[in-house]
Amino acid sequence: MLMEKNKMDIFINGKEIKVSEDETILSAARREKIHIPTLCYMEKLLPIGSCRLCVVEVEGCEKPVAACKTPVVPEMKVSTDTQRLRDMRREILSFILMTHPLECDQCELKGVCTLELLAKEYGVEAPASGVTSPRPRTAEFSTPAIIYKPYRCIACGRCVSACQEVVGRAVLALKGEGIGAAMEVVNADKCISCGECLSVCPVAALADAGMNELDHSDKGKRPKKTQTVCTYCGVGCTFDLNVVDGKAVGVTTNHNIGTNKGSLCVKGRFGYRFVNSPDRLTTPLIRKNGKLVEATWDEALDLVAKKLTSIKKDSGPDSITGLTSAKCTNEDNYVFQKFMRAVIGTNNVDHCARL
Amino acid sequence: MAGLAATLGSGAMTNSVEDLSEAEVMLVIGSNNTETHPVIGMRLRNAARYRGAKIIVVDPRRTGLVDDSVLWLSPPPGYDIAIVNAMAHVILEEGLHNEDYIEEKTEGFEEFKKALVPYTPEYAEELTGVPAKDILKAARLYGSANKAAILYCMGITQHSKGTDNVKSLSNLALLCGQMGKRGSGVNPLRGQNNVQGACDMGGLPNVFTGYQKVGLPEVQGKFEKHWGVELSDKVGLTVVEMSNQMMEGNVKALYVMGENPLVTDPDLTHVEEAFEKLDLLVVQDIFLTETARAADVVLPATSFAEKDGTFSNTERRVQLVRKALDPPGSARLDWEILADISTRMGYEMSYSSGQDVFEEIREVTPQYAGITYKRLGREGLQWPCPDEKHPGTPILHTKGVTRGSALFVPIEFRPPAEVPDAEYPFVLTTGRDYYQYHSATMTGRVKLLRDACPESYLEMSPEDADKLGVSDMSVVKVSSRRGHVIARIKITPNLSAGIVFKKFHFYEGAVNRLTNPVLDPTSKIPELKVTAVRIEKHDGPAPEPESQGMCLM
Ligand code: SF4
Ligand code: SF4
Ligand code: FES
Repeated sequence: MLMEKNKMDIFINGKEIKVSEDETILSAARREKIHIPTLCYMEKLLPIGSCRLCVVEVEGCEKPVAACKTPVVPEMKVSTDTQRLRDMRREILSFILMTHPLECDQCELKGVCTLELLAKEYGVEAPASGVTSPRPRTAEFSTPAIIYKPYRCIACGRCVSACQEVVGRAVLALKGEGIGAAMEVVNADKCISCGECLSVCPVAALADAGMNELDHSDKGKRPKKTQTVCTYCGVGCTFDLNVVDGKAVGVTTNHNIGTNKGSLCVKGRFGYRFVNSPDRLTTPLIRKNGKLVEATWDEALDLVAKKLTSIKKDSGPDSITGLTSAKCTNEDNYVFQKFMRAVIGTNNVDHCARL
Repeated sequence: MAGLAATLGSGAMTNSVEDLSEAEVMLVIGSNNTETHPVIGMRLRNAARYRGAKIIVVDPRRTGLVDDSVLWLSPPPGYDIAIVNAMAHVILEEGLHNEDYIEEKTEGFEEFKKALVPYTPEYAEELTGVPAKDILKAARLYGSANKAAILYCMGITQHSKGTDNVKSLSNLALLCGQMGKRGSGVNPLRGQNNVQGACDMGGLPNVFTGYQKVGLPEVQGKFEKHWGVELSDKVGLTVVEMSNQMMEGNVKALYVMGENPLVTDPDLTHVEEAFEKLDLLVVQDIFLTETARAADVVLPATSFAEKDGTFSNTERRVQLVRKALDPPGSARLDWEILADISTRMGYEMSYSSGQDVFEEIREVTPQYAGITYKRLGREGLQWPCPDEKHPGTPILHTKGVTRGSALFVPIEFRPPAEVPDAEYPFVLTTGRDYYQYHSATMTGRVKLLRDACPESYLEMSPEDADKLGVSDMSVVKVSSRRGHVIARIKITPNLSAGIVFKKFHFYEGAVNRLTNPVLDPTSKIPELKVTAVRIEKHDGPAPEPESQGMCLM
């Protein structure tokens, strides 16, 4: 491979690293698997620079800088884990925990929450006097699909950036100063209920209202996640369907994979709820005296097989037609057309692709 | 997707969502993707906002993407060819075409060139009302970009000459050599989540899996050998032809899996009559849809959340669908039900799992041969993937097109089958809503989505509303040559005078009572996008959307 012109050397914790000029300290460190804690940074967003947990020392600079926002400079010497930095980070975490209660047992993020893990790593505990939260437990949000819990908000600004940069809607903004700072809805009309904000919130201050329904009986139950593909449009977004007690309660996304890289629209994010509908068909039905009545599988399938066989015999295979489905899997579609072609003996198979 | 298959040899999206956002210029035509393909819509808008991509929108409606575009051309529905031909005319005239590409990779150029002669921007303006200077600007933008992509959707294909529309777009891309590289190509955005897969799997009357043609002796032989039976070599009936043959008494039975033709098909009243003539209607679905209610036998199937399998998305990406829930009651897997009936009819099918079915798919489908469940993993693979070492194909035609050399096809503009006249003076066009999906069987049961889009209004321009003396929420009767519906009015600045719009998701006041079943001769797609209608004030109430059982919130 050709050496690119704009490559340069920097040093992180004494290690020499090749970087290109458009990189930040954080991206260089991540590539080299050097750990720098972050809370507000996300690869798919422009650096926000609000949490300051990513502070590092650069030789020759008096004050530590935010690694997520600081571009590399040739020969720069960076330290990521000095006593001074550890103290600073501890202070930042203590400040956050003044308002954000460590009620991890009741939180759906327990065990995977960056804040919880960092608090452990840095040995920071909840203030003995309890949290001083000037913020309410819940507040109205821009869509009924999402519950906003301001008391959990740590004002990192991820949701604000995501709504602006990824979705292009600018529904949210950060308001207030110091321990009063929190996200607020400023443009509710523009919201398209896509849940991008919810997917980037690191502390579950935003939650799927569907999940909330379970809170009473199943508080603290961890959902089982299964990666699958959205059933609606042709984009084919991938997500994890979350299930508690045999009920779909939400979807979560992974920001690095698939066509959608963690983004979804309202149908993908919240449209899964139809699977729980009490209207789902649960048993075969057969028309008797003009009415559809319940039947066993054997009755229904024998009837279909018998009728298809006799129609085929009397009127020929081409008198039978089949519509396969753009909502079913490849496997379902394959077996359907094979059934029409090999068993019925006709090519009368189509679907609503054209419609 | 017959248009692209003819000109390039493959009918699928040529590029991927990821590389498309690198395009310098994007021609988005007949695709309201902010509503129909929201996540792609977001990507396009961000390409414009953050990477300086220049978007040209061609659409009769002011779609969401227009705000982020540099140019919006709004021909009446059904007049796209005039615009696209005129763009090609300008590109040739000004020498913006890619001579090397045309020379090396294409055929039919001279004839195409000759056919373009009359399509001056001025002539196109005469036909469409779009200012010649805008057409000129669009042509120069597209023609001089290093990377220029075309994206389109049902707005292009749902016409009596949809195949021609697609071919004219393919001509334009070939003319500029915008093929087989990042940020280029001709890209149909597929509507439903597995339309691509249903086509790939041979859910079409003229092809087996992987677009292997019915009637070709070697294809017939291959499948006869594999399936161990004799097969018909006669091309079958398409959806719309099926209902015509039911009316004639030639079709006696219909087996429907997971579709709702009694809402989505054009000229519904005719379809209902046709269904009544059937001796047997079997519907396999997850809800008691409008079509299931008319069935003789209803078989309860499983939703995406309850099955293992694969879907193929619009960019040909095959992805794993995984079972997260048990099916409700005694509902069964779709393929399992079919295999069971098949066995009862004397043809044994004994697949043990979705994966087992997929293994057979691989054996008979060259594009899928290298794909295994194991390889699909978390990210999936894009076909063609001919062997297990092959990494998949994010961009088609990188080494020349699939059919060998790409074909220019001279395309003449013809007006839509129905044009407005004194009796039916408005043009009705149809489409989807961001919050709803197809016949709303699923979305209609999610309160959030139902509330956001509870019924489908008849949308019209302020000028037309003034002329008719109607205002928002007025009730009107909309009639076409085939039927009528009652609907409420919603006034929108996004439409030009003379054009009205209605979404097709709902059975109540279903727009498909009006639409024209006239078919594109090649693709057999009905002309859902252009219907001449008459609009009158109506005294009675508007139909209330029937409340479907809603779940959760
Ligand atoms: S749901 Fe989507 S549009 Fe609404 S605030 Fe969140 S990110 Fe913005
Ligand atoms: S989440 Fe939205 S954009 Fe993505 S596949 Fe589903 S319907 Fe399409
Ligand atoms: S991660 Fe750098 S400031 Fe938050």
